[in-house]
Amino acid sequence: MALSKVWVHAELTPEGTVAPISLEILAKAREISDVVEVFTGGDGAAIAETVGKHGATKVLATGDISDKLQGVHVGAALAAAIEGGDAPDAVLLGTTYDGRDIAARLSVKLDKPVLTNNTDIDVADGIVVSTQIFGGTQIVKTKFAAGGPAIATFRPKSFVAEETGGAAAEVAELGLVDAGAAGAAKLLNRHVEETSGPKLDEAAVVVSGGRGLGEAGKFDMIEELAKMLKGAPGASRAIVDAGWVPYSYQVGQTGKVVKPTVYIAAGISGATQHMVGMKGSKNIVAINKDPEAPIFGIADLGIVGDVHKVLPKLIEALKAR
Amino acid sequence: MNVVVCVKQIPDPADPGALNPDHTLKRDGKLILDESDSYGVEMALQLVDKAGGGEVTLVSMAPNGEVSGLRTALAMGAAKAVLVSDDALKGAGALDTAKVLAAAVGKAGEYDLVLAATESSDGYTGTVPEQLAALLDLPSITFAKSVEIADGTVKVQRQTEAGYDECEAPLPALVSVTAGVVEPRYPSFKGIMAAKSKPVETVTVADLGLDAGIVGWAGAGQEIVDVAAAPEREAGEVIEDDGESFQKIVAFLDGLKVL
Ligand SMILES: Cc1cc2nc3c(=O)[nH]c(=O)nc-3n(C[C@H](O)[C@H](O)[C@H](O)COP(=O)(O)OP(=O)(O)OC[C@H]3O[C@@H](n4cnc5c(N)ncnc54)[C@H](O)[C@@H]3O)c2cc1C
Ligand SMILES: Nc1ncnc2c1ncn2[C@@H]1O[C@H](COP(=O)(O)O)[C@@H](O)[C@H]1O
Repeated sequence: MALSKVWVHAELTPEGTVAPISLEILAKAREISDVVEVFTGGDGAAIAETVGKHGATKVLATGDISDKLQGVHVGAALAAAIEGGDAPDAVLLGTTYDGRDIAARLSVKLDKPVLTNNTDIDVADGIVVSTQIFGGTQIVKTKFAAGGPAIATFRPKSFVAEETGGAAAEVAELGLVDAGAAGAAKLLNRHVEETSGPKLDEAAVVVSGGRGLGEAGKFDMIEELAKMLKGAPGASRAIVDAGWVPYSYQVGQTGKVVKPTVYIAAGISGATQHMVGMKGSKNIVAINKDPEAPIFGIADLGIVGDVHKVLPKLIEALKAR
Repeated sequence: MNVVVCVKQIPDPADPGALNPDHTLKRDGKLILDESDSYGVEMALQLVDKAGGGEVTLVSMAPNGEVSGLRTALAMGAAKAVLVSDDALKGAGALDTAKVLAAAVGKAGEYDLVLAATESSDGYTGTVPEQLAALLDLPSITFAKSVEIADGTVKVQRQTEAGYDECEAPLPALVSVTAGVVEPRYPSFKGIMAAKSKPVETVTVADLGLDAGIVGWAGAGQEIVDVAAAPEREAGEVIEDDGESFQKIVAFLDGLKVL
């Protein structure tokens, strides 16, 4: 049983392009539904070509709302469109800052549940989503039983984005409605932190450090190695919480999901909450002085050793090439 | 200034989690204050302090009349708490939880600000605060990494994928805070003693005027159809470093053509 129509959130980057997660979800949406349309809290014409290439036939766009918070306004606009009769079988979003806000506001407006953090969706027998629990060791499948649009959010990297070569999507208006008192929050300014090198969640190589580095200054080794491999540095929560590196470096349940060609974990024990964010990597190298460290259970190459001895030699060897 | 803080009481995250036969999360042992919410409590205490008056009220929904997590937050300095505890709430989804919390906030008295954490450590749906704001018809700013109040307005730095957004909302409003916004204080001995006699009002679903049929398992609108072990990743080669193991890594990377 395929669905008749689904709506996918086309989340915008600060540059106004479609975020990778939305293209990932579009690929899955095409598989489960005859008609796929996107909605966006922004300019529809600017993304019509991109989302068309990824299989969407229509963009429902609010127009520029960059001075407002997305959740309350896009949520209310979607609810109004759905109540006006244009109801999809499912509304799919990324488990992102704005994705969660929109899903939450919409769920209250429609009085329907929202299921978050999913990694898969299946429509063979009703709409069933999969979620990983206990650090990804178990998978729970939950069926939407309330009728009406199923609202679900998906973890990044759950699906692989793929172009179909479709024509530019038709642009239609997603009419804003007065959100009343709840709509009063304003967005004054965006701060984009400059980063050099590839993004953590897009890099082909990720080198992450953990508490085993011993002190904040030793993270330099991780950064140097990442740079040499044209990769991105990452971190366990232990050293993010300790203030050694910013939160944007965190890999895991409450951080980023990464699936690089190679993931190098240095001085990281391999707590389930860390592994859930990186065990989809194609290859994993682990360096840890404790032979019992759980990370070795999923590593393709495990080195039982001291990061302070192994990393400097590795860096020297790569420099010499 | 009065602040209401949502605090979840959860099984100790250090203990391995387990499910009941009906697939709900086992939460019958002792529960503790979710560390994520300790940031909300600390933030509330600091804001009230800066405003020069007012109080912090806690709201929580938890099974078995559990108060240990609430006592921790009261020991930090909150004035009072409203606890919703009712067997009918077993299996409540995020929307149901938000409905219950919205009704509980109604029992907390006048407020200027509602605080919550961005996501709980055990459920981590990350939608309850925004749903709560919608039910209370409040403006909201989620994922706050800095919060300031001046002239009836809350100013927030909101975490984004690329950095942060500067946002503001008129009070009353709801803000959800990320871990690390402030350094949660440890309860003092005096605080712990004082917390024992601070008022905790325990209410049921019926006391809140809610229909047990619409919150909890019965009304969740979702049904767990399967729980299975995830496919495991195979371990590869593990070698002891003999001073030359870096060569192995170089060879491995070479083989993958990432050099
Ligand atoms: C709700 C919740 C969410 C969480 N979310 C995340 C998340 O998103 N991401 C995350 O990473 N964690 C998360 N955690 C935390 C997680 O449980 C672990 O505490 C954390 O991942 C541990 O980080 P670590 O491996 O760096 O530190 P540790 O567990 O302390 O491990 C350090 C490792 O370094 C090794 N070591 C020490 N010295 C050396 C040396 N000289 N050379 C080599 N090895 C050495 C040790 O043997 C040890 O294995 C979460 C926890 C909770 C409760
Ligand atoms: N049962 C609860 N009692 C009190 N607060 C809660 C409860 N559930 C969620 N919250 C609040 O909402 C936040 C996000 O929770 P969640 O949406 O479950 O990730 C939590 O950190 C709490 O601040």
